[in-house]
Amino acid sequence: MKHLLAIIDSIGCALVLLWRSAKHLGTLPRQFPRFIEQCYLIGYTSLPIVTILLFFIGCVLALQSGYSMENFGAKQFIGTLVGLTMARELGPVMVAILVAGRVGSAITAELASMKVYQEIDALVTMNIPPERILVLPRLAAILVMMPVLTIIADLCGWFGGALVSQFTHSISVDSEAYFTALKAYMKPHDITDGLIKAEVFGFVIVLVCCHIGLSTRGGPREIGASVTKAVVTSLILILVLDYFVTKALLLAT
Amino acid sequence: MTNPFTASPFVGKTFGVTVEHLTKRYGKTTVLADVSLEVRPGEIFCIMGPSGSGKSVLLKHVAGLELPTSGSVRIGHFDAADPATRNQVHLALVFQAGALFNSLSVYDNLALYPREHREADEAGIRDRVMHALQILSLEKAALKFPAELSGGMKKRVAIARALVMEPQLLLYDEPTSELDPVMSATLTEIIATLREQTAVTSIVVTHDSTLALNIADRIAVLMDGRIRATGPTADFKHHSDPVIANFLNPVIDLQNPRFKQLEQSHE
Ligand SMILES: Nc1ncnc2c1ncn2[C@@H]1O[C@H](COP(=O)(O)OP(=O)(O)OP(=O)(O)O)[C@@H](O)[C@H]1O
Ligand SMILES: [Mg+2]
Repeated sequence: MKHLLAIIDSIGCALVLLWRSAKHLGTLPRQFPRFIEQCYLIGYTSLPIVTILLFFIGCVLALQSGYSMENFGAKQFIGTLVGLTMARELGPVMVAILVAGRVGSAITAELASMKVYQEIDALVTMNIPPERILVLPRLAAILVMMPVLTIIADLCGWFGGALVSQFTHSISVDSEAYFTALKAYMKPHDITDGLIKAEVFGFVIVLVCCHIGLSTRGGPREIGASVTKAVVTSLILILVLDYFVTKALLLAT
Repeated sequence: MTNPFTASPFVGKTFGVTVEHLTKRYGKTTVLADVSLEVRPGEIFCIMGPSGSGKSVLLKHVAGLELPTSGSVRIGHFDAADPATRNQVHLALVFQAGALFNSLSVYDNLALYPREHREADEAGIRDRVMHALQILSLEKAALKFPAELSGGMKKRVAIARALVMEPQLLLYDEPTSELDPVMSATLTEIIATLREQTAVTSIVVTHDSTLALNIADRIAVLMDGRIRATGPTADFKHHSDPVIANFLNPVIDLQNPRFKQLEQSHE
């Protein structure tokens, strides 16, 4: 019961933070340099790990499904399976998990240390709302970068799958057949559903991590505690939301 | 050189500060107990008192960073605890630990406020920032980051940052605690000059009795979260209360029996 109340409380606080940030939406054009900086930190620096990880996930997916589809003689559909799984599920979810670990933790650590070392108080006395210069540019940046990262992730996964399908003896589906199968059953909304999921996850990660960072109290020890809390909360929210967003998107089509 | 500290639309209006029956508790510990103060518009008011007596906490209430457990703090007729007050009153707080923005250079630390509030174009901001840095002999540090500064330099940057804001109410938390004697004297002059030029109200929390006795209009002494004495500076030169007289002019007794006992207990 206590935990439940705490969770409801922090969801409420995160929504309040969102509302306060949204009020400063008009200042976003002026904050263009900050927005670009955040895009760089969120997007560009996450690129290497996203490409490598998703490439291998594509490889493994092809390997495993090749093995199990052999039994039905359905090897030629391996492209369809990898393509849809990547676009609808693994692309957005894996990117979100990576972003929570890399970006979310960094956001919380930075904001928590600003709070602990009174930088946030200094901003408040200067009548510069922290939501405006700290939260808003990050929210805007994640909304731009999540789809980009997800599309790159999808492509890497498909490519990894194609390579494995072609060069693994037991599968031996050449890449032309693989991509024909991939395209045959892929509808545009499969891609956009994945992107919508990625947007939702990214937005929630940044909001939660900013909120936990800004509500840190105490000394340097609490910074570490906040980072842990932010990453764990983000991961739980990603996986729980994943189910509900998927359900909603399937109902909508 | 012309004085760039006249551009702010806020300059000219001054505010007094009224603290009424302010009590602050953290959990069970009472940090401030029924503190009442009246700071008049345009004056320099010094708050003195031993370490841990609640001076910083009191200042944070004036800045609206802490909410009173009971009682109230008003700036002019605005409630200090109300966030909307910051749109009416232009205040600056020099934090005891500096509170510089670690991810920004010294220059950007100072320029942040005028930039965010669009008070001048980039050239105007540059003039204001460089002028403030010059006053505190910090020109050479302009492009450094806070992590590359000494304690006293950080303090000076914090003061410069407050000057750039051209506030109507300036709150200093131990501004001279990390400065050398010459710099302390300069700062004392700055505080006095600012008052003459811009009619700013200054509240200075300090242990520095030279500073307080030289420039304060009035002084309050806070002990254990209560006001022990308050009045015009002249009263404090030879105060009748022995505790306060000793606090302002501590006698160094090399034969202090307290430490004699300590030595014996170690034997
Ligand atoms: N956030 C807080 N939570 C709990 N106690 C606090 C908090 N802030 C301050 N205190 C307590 O309030 C008392 C007064 O603290 P304060 O920082 O105001 O002292 P001070 O008079 O400024 O001392 P110094 O001259 O050393 O700076 C101290 O006993 C401190 O432990
Ligand atoms: Mg203090």
